[in-house]
Amino acid sequence: MSFLEVTAQLSKGFLTTLQIFGITLAGALPLGLLITFGSMSKIKPIKWIFKVFVWIIRGTPLMLQIILVFYGPGLIGWDIKIDRLLAVIVAFIINYACYFSEIYRGGIESIPKGQYEAGQVLGMTKSQIFFKVVLFQVVKRIVPPMGNEIITLVKDTSLARVISVIELVKSAQDIISQKSLIWPLFYVGAFYLLFSGLLTILLNYAEKKLNYYQG
Amino acid sequence: MAFLEVNGIFKRFGKTEVLKGIDFTMDKGEVLAIIGSSGSGKTTLLRCMNFLETPDAGRIVLNGEELFNADGKYSDREIREKRLHFGLVFQSFNLFPQYTVLRNVCLAPELMKINQSEKKLSRAEKTQIRKEIEENARQILASVGLSDKLMNYPCELSGGQQQRVAIARALAMEPVILCFDEPTSALDPELTGEVLKVIRELKTTDRTMIIVTHEMGFARSAADKVIFMADGIIEEYGTPEEVFGNPKSEKTVSFLEKSLENIT
Repeated sequence: MSFLEVTAQLSKGFLTTLQIFGITLAGALPLGLLITFGSMSKIKPIKWIFKVFVWIIRGTPLMLQIILVFYGPGLIGWDIKIDRLLAVIVAFIINYACYFSEIYRGGIESIPKGQYEAGQVLGMTKSQIFFKVVLFQVVKRIVPPMGNEIITLVKDTSLARVISVIELVKSAQDIISQKSLIWPLFYVGAFYLLFSGLLTILLNYAEKKLNYYQG
Repeated sequence: MAFLEVNGIFKRFGKTEVLKGIDFTMDKGEVLAIIGSSGSGKTTLLRCMNFLETPDAGRIVLNGEELFNADGKYSDREIREKRLHFGLVFQSFNLFPQYTVLRNVCLAPELMKINQSEKKLSRAEKTQIRKEIEENARQILASVGLSDKLMNYPCELSGGQQQRVAIARALAMEPVILCFDEPTSALDPELTGEVLKVIRELKTTDRTMIIVTHEMGFARSAADKVIFMADGIIEEYGTPEEVFGNPKSEKTVSFLEKSLENIT
């Protein structure tokens, strides 16, 4: 199997990796904000439900969660056919939304009380204060920790192979078992490095852009 | 009838009684300085008037209209409308760091006149309102001497300049009474002058102001009336001549002595 053939086959797996990555990000970013609001709710039961949920999701392996989403319905006798990729994406979105929500919460709580009070005495509504005053400052503050999570997500996508979704690592493993070639597995590393390198550049750019003000 | 009437304001935080029955009145165009040592309740009183704290008892009447009564219940919306009678300039400025000076001043008026507007505004009307607000903001910023800083961000300004932006931002909402919470306490000594100058200039335009301050010289020369607070009550009230020149209360005497010691 030539280098080009290997590259072509790995690229197919990489597309799936990209898909998991992109859809997870698009879903988890807003869902995380919702979980943040829940876990910061003034209504105690709501707050605790969300806190316990975040605890469970963060306290168990993502691999287990993928397996549960895929096999769980069948285990309780619910006879539906779940698409493998869909199961992976659902598990990823929920898992990452929980991590994001904690980063958001940290960001929101780090904004000085004076910013809220300034908005209040100027007659702004609560949502205006959040969206026009606080949110942007939160975004600036959370870019570095979010960057960390996003880079981790790139590599976590490899967990999808536990339910036989053919992402990048699985496609390399298939080559190994079918063609008895070991080097493609290391070649896979180059894909990850390239992609996470690109993301790092993008994140640094965002950080720089947001640095037009201090505070 | 007095322009502003504050009656029997009580406020406690947990077990600590911070305000133990505050009564005072103010006339229109008057400048009231509130002095007193830290923990005497001055700032809490100011925050009560701006609805940042809710008094446990008492009422606030402005121009015959009861703004606050501890027996009443108020919705967020009512509080929002009522607090607009008062402007507040904070000790720590609290400018919005991500916006330019001009945007800091325009943001709240725009949100109020456009986003909170009762009727649906056409695009042309919105543009017109924005233009008026910006024009007004430029004028106010010119009056506090910041015409050349409109496009700067707060982090690029000195503390004195930031506080002047904060004053302009409060003025843009056209408050009936403008309150200052220790406006120069966070500033280097050489920067307090420019902020006090702006406040003095506002006095010449007959603006009604309440100023919580540690600047005794300023309180004495700029205020029409002075309140000395101690332990949550008004210990002494009168003209600057009365309070500084001929204080009746022991506590006032000892506070003023200590304050003067610090100056010399």
